[in-house]
Order: sequence, then structure tokens, then C-alpha cells
Amino acid sequence: MKKQYFINGNIIDPHNTINEFGGLIIGDKGQLEAVGKKVNTNNIPSREKVIDLKGKYIFPGLVDMRVFVGEPGFEYKENFRTLSNAALSGGVTSVVTMPNTDPIIDNVSIVDFLKRRGRDKSKINIYPTASLTKGTEGTNMTEFGLLQSKGIIGFTDGTKTIQNTRVMSRIMNSASDLDTLIMQHAEDYELAKDGMINEGIIATKLGLQGIPEMAELIIIDRDLTLLNYINCRYHISQISSGRSVELIKNKKNNLKFTCGVSINNLSLNENDIGDFRTFLKLSPPLRTEEDRISLVQGLKDETIDVIVSDHKPEDEEQKRLTFAQAATGASGIETLLSLSLELYHNGSLKLETIIKALTSNPAKILRINKGNLSVGNDADFCIVDINKPWIVKQENLISKSKNTSIENKKLQGKVTNTFVKGEELFKLN
Amino acid sequence: MATKSKAIKISQKHLLGIQDLSISDINLILEEASSFINLNKSKNKKLDILKGKTQINLFFEPSTRTQSSFELAGKRLGADVMSMNITNSAIKKGETLIDTAMTLNAMHPDIIVIRHQDSGACNLLSQKVNCAVLNAGDGRREHPTQALLDALTIINRKKKIQGLKIAICGDIQHSRVARSNIYLLNMLGAEVNIVAPSNLMPKEIEKFGVNMFSDMKKGVKDCDIVMMLRLQNERMTSSFLSSNREYYEYYGLTPDKLRYAKEDCIIMHPGPMNRGIEIDTKLADDTNMSVVKEQVELGVAIRMACLKIFCE
Repeated sequence: MKKQYFINGNIIDPHNTINEFGGLIIGDKGQLEAVGKKVNTNNIPSREKVIDLKGKYIFPGLVDMRVFVGEPGFEYKENFRTLSNAALSGGVTSVVTMPNTDPIIDNVSIVDFLKRRGRDKSKINIYPTASLTKGTEGTNMTEFGLLQSKGIIGFTDGTKTIQNTRVMSRIMNSASDLDTLIMQHAEDYELAKDGMINEGIIATKLGLQGIPEMAELIIIDRDLTLLNYINCRYHISQISSGRSVELIKNKKNNLKFTCGVSINNLSLNENDIGDFRTFLKLSPPLRTEEDRISLVQGLKDETIDVIVSDHKPEDEEQKRLTFAQAATGASGIETLLSLSLELYHNGSLKLETIIKALTSNPAKILRINKGNLSVGNDADFCIVDINKPWIVKQENLISKSKNTSIENKKLQGKVTNTFVKGEELFKLN
Repeated sequence: MATKSKAIKISQKHLLGIQDLSISDINLILEEASSFINLNKSKNKKLDILKGKTQINLFFEPSTRTQSSFELAGKRLGADVMSMNITNSAIKKGETLIDTAMTLNAMHPDIIVIRHQDSGACNLLSQKVNCAVLNAGDGRREHPTQALLDALTIINRKKKIQGLKIAICGDIQHSRVARSNIYLLNMLGAEVNIVAPSNLMPKEIEKFGVNMFSDMKKGVKDCDIVMMLRLQNERMTSSFLSSNREYYEYYGLTPDKLRYAKEDCIIMHPGPMNRGIEIDTKLADDTNMSVVKEQVELGVAIRMACLKIFCE
């Protein structure tokens, strides 16, 4: 690989607290050699080819902590190849994959397959999780230690929640012994039973069973009570309501844990469901505009650590059904960054806050040396024209499934190039 | 009611819910229905307004009165009526609603009447077929012809709706009848009270512009109409309520509670009734107060009006 020089970019790297105008030098092995304002035409040999970014932004490659890939079992929805192409077009270079496949990732024998497929078919960094319990049934723990040693980054039942408090306490004890990251999708099954959207006026109007916010709150509160007694690496995958933000903010005063939010919950509210738009059937559900504003505020004051795409590809057949029958989830990895930038353009959040929640914060939780532009590291980064207007269209999506929650939405900001280990793997036409 | 004008046309292609209709749409349907009331009492009940038209009744949920009412309405207007009960057909073999819709659409019906257990099923169907779709009840969302026939019944008895005080009592949470009636009665200027135990009260229903009561006596106080809803037995087993007898004690319509309503109050019920659970059996049969039979009778007229208007 030839050495590469980029100049005149706006570099934001929250991990190294870099927010300055400058450039990058990438070495012949795809490592970062120099970053920042010191990289300019004056100190680059004049015979070298230099790429002038003309003020475009450089961010570390995004780390998306919640992604569903269809392999194994649901390859028709998304495979590693289509996922990585979709991710690259959105500036995402590292993903954490959920274990809700068929079979479920719950034993050592399947991890080898997963690692091999991820390595052979994917151009991005794949960090697989395994389930907390066998078959995600919520009863018997998986082998955290053995799975971890095979390369599992963390444990979660993905779309499911550990309901049994005793099981949860034992999971936490094991996680504490083995220094394991556990991630909870917080939803009380009984309170959320048959629920499809936020409980409230919209659910009442549409005649759909509601999911009360307390279904989320009660699991968070329970887990944090356990965490008081059992210290472990605990992460709440996604939260959806203002009350959850409030609870977490209070608990963070004396407990160490982290939490995430889906870009869907940060950008949309229950009104967007309109006339039974099944693409907006999500878990956790979209809630009120007040909840959305509280979530944005939660990011601002660092109550919430990470933004995830909650990328859940579903084929058309699973969505062309009545709302009750339709599958839950939206495809979102391609639009994660652009939709996040909306929060910058409309003045809700600082750019650094957004990038931090998409790069260094998830990397820190996962304990991976990604999501940064540190010298010596793999040059995983994206170049972004943060003002470029574009419109989300299903037919232009790269992901195998087209179930975007923001069809026809006008966005501002688009990834123009994405690099992994110094190699340009995506270039906008 | 305003005099009938030929110039007024319905604003919607489909009848999916009361919430889509304007006041003039509603008046149009009610006027049209009034003209069928006497026809339905006469010896020769058959017209040929819908001669040559095909009406398909697509019922995914068992129904006796609504289905027979729609079937009779179509036949009286001269349409060819086909009723499909889905319990044993392809949909059970894995065919989706959209596939069924496409199949039926290929047979060129002029109108499809659908009842489905899922809210919004009629909306989905209407996006996929070329003909008009009439909602005969979708999940717990809407049952527009029931609300329209209730309105016609009220007008027949009280000569107006504007200014009346109406209590809707019972399982509001799971009731499409309640939702459609709330929209319709509000639009026509009634004051609506909702009476239900908290476990059967939908969240934020007050935002529909109704008064909420968990005490039935307060809820029916000074009302012109008391509309009771059917309570499904499964509400007991899933812990919404403790028992039939306790429900009857607090939310059943009894002479004792009815004393709080106006003296000339009328009692309505969409049927089928659970006597001794939501309503005292003597009250249910009191023809001075209970208009349950009239509701059924006028239901045919309302459905004839809807078929005629939406078929045009």
C-alpha cells in the first residue's frame, strides 16, 4: 500500500480530544502515522500525491454497538457481505452483532463459524456477542468464560430480556468473576405483553396494545439494584423514555454502568407511526416528543453513553402485514451518522458529543482499540461532507433489506469515503 | 337534518373509520339510511340500486349480527353478495391478508366488507384493492357502521344529538364500538362520559375530549343515553377484573344506578348482551328504555346507506 496524505480536513477525534483543522498521513501498512494540524503541505514531500479534503470532516470509523446480521439462519435478510457494504456507506467500520440468529449464538462451536464468516465475507471489523442464556430462554447461563476466550466481545439476549431476578443476579456474579460485559434489553414482559407501540394517545387511537414506559423502567431499576450488590460491567442496550433518563442520571451518581440509545428514539416519536407504518414498529417503541427531547438532553449531559443504529433488517414480507403481525425493527446502519448529524444541524447537540457517542464511548465500553485516530492504530476513518443534502430512498439502500424508518426523509451530511486499515472501501459516486 | 342534496358526495373512497369522515359525510349517510327505514318495514324490501354489483364480506372474526346485517343490506339493494368466513380458508394455511386481497381483487368486486381481529387491517386492505372497503370492525380501533347506527337510533328517539349527555360504560379499552362512538358523538355535539374501571380504561382517552369516570353513578348522572358495552369473559381470567359479580355490582347497569340518569334516558347496547354481568336483565328487556332491537333494525338501514354511497 502506498503512503497516503490528506490535508485541509476538519478532524474530530474525541478519544484524543482532537477537534482541529489539519490532515492525516497513512503509512504503507494502513496505520495512522500522523494526525492533526501539523499535517499540511509544508511538511509533506512535494512529489507525493496529496488529497485536499477542502474542509470536509474526518471522523474515526463509527463503532455501532447494536447490529443484527442474518447469518446464520436469516441470510435472506442480511449477510456479512451486505452488512459490511451497508455499514461502510454509513461510515461504520466496527459493529457488534447480536446473537439472535438461527441457531442462536450460545455455544463455542458456532463462534468459530461466525468468526470465519465475518473474516471472509466482511470488510469491516465484526465483534460478535453471544447470548446471556442458552437459546435466549432466560433460564440457563451460557459459558461466558469459554465464549469470551473464543473472541466473544460481550453477552446479551439481544431482543430479549432476562426476566428472572435470580437468574440475572447469577449472571451478574459470573460476569463479575470473569470481567464480562453484559448488555440488557430492558423490558418487563408482563407489562409489555402484546404491546406494539408506546402506551398513550396514539395507541388508544390506533387501537393497538401499548407498551408502558414502566416496562423499561422496572427492569433498569431492578438491574441497578442488583448492581449495587454485584459489581460488573453492565450496559443497558437502549432506553426510550424521559423517566429512564432521569433514573439513570440519578443512579450514575454512585454506580458504574453505561447505557445506549437508538438513533430512532433520538430522531422520531410515536406520531411518526401515522397510519400503521409497520416500519416504525420498533423495540423499544418510539415514545412521545417530550421523551425524545429528554433522550437528546441525556446525551448532552452524558447520562447516555452511546448511540446505536439498532440495525434490524427485515424483508418486505415481514412488514407487509397488519401492525400486530408485522416484524419489529428497522434497517438503519447506513443512515446512522447522517441522521445523527440532524441533531447537530438543528442545534440540539455539539458535533463532538455526537461523534463521541458513535466512536470512542462504545469502544471504551467494549474495551477495543477502535473509534479513535491514535497514531499507530489502524486507519479506520470516514470522510464526511456534513452539509451535503440528500434524501433517503429505499431503492438506494445497500442493505439487503429495505425497511428504513425514515423513507423520504431529507438529511444533511453524507459519508463520501470510508477507510478500513488505510484502504478505501467506500467512495460515494 | 338538512335537506338531502344530490350535490353532496362522500369525501372518502373507503369507510375505514369515523375519524376519517366529515360532518357532511355523516349527515349524508344518516339521511340516506333514514330513507331505507320504511322500506325495510314494507312487504317488498328489494331494490335494484346495486344490481350487477358484487359485494364480498370478508370476516376473519366470527360475527352473527354484523355479518348478517351487511349481507341482508347488500341483498336488499340487489347486489350479488358473497360471504367468506376465513376461519377455514387459505389464510389459515399461511396466506397473508395482502395475498387474500390480491386474489379477491382479481375477481373485480365492487365493495369489500371486512372484519379483522387486528387494528388497521382494513387500512392495509384498502391500499391493495381497487374497490371500496367498508370496515365492519378492526381490532379495537373502529366499528364505524355500529356508531352510525347508534347515532341513527338516538336521532330516531331523541330527534337530535347536539347537546345530549351520553355515557359509554364498560370495557372501553378493548372496544372499537366505544372509539367510533366517541368520535361520532363528539362530532355531532354530544357530551360524552366514559365509565370504566381503571384496568379497562385506555390511556390518555381524555385527550379525545371525553369525561372519565370510574364511579358509574357519577358517570351516568343526568345522562340522556346510557350505552353499555359487552364485557368479554376472558377479562376475568387475565386479571383485568376480579369477578362477574363484583363487576355487576360496580359497573353493571341496574335500576339503582340508572336512577342517576335522566328520567327519559334510553339504554343502548351493541350486543350480544351478557345479562346479569353488564346489564340487569329486566332493564335489557324494558322496551320503553332499551332500544337494543331498534339498533339492530336500523343497522340494516345504515349498512344499506353505506353500501349505496360507497359503491357509487
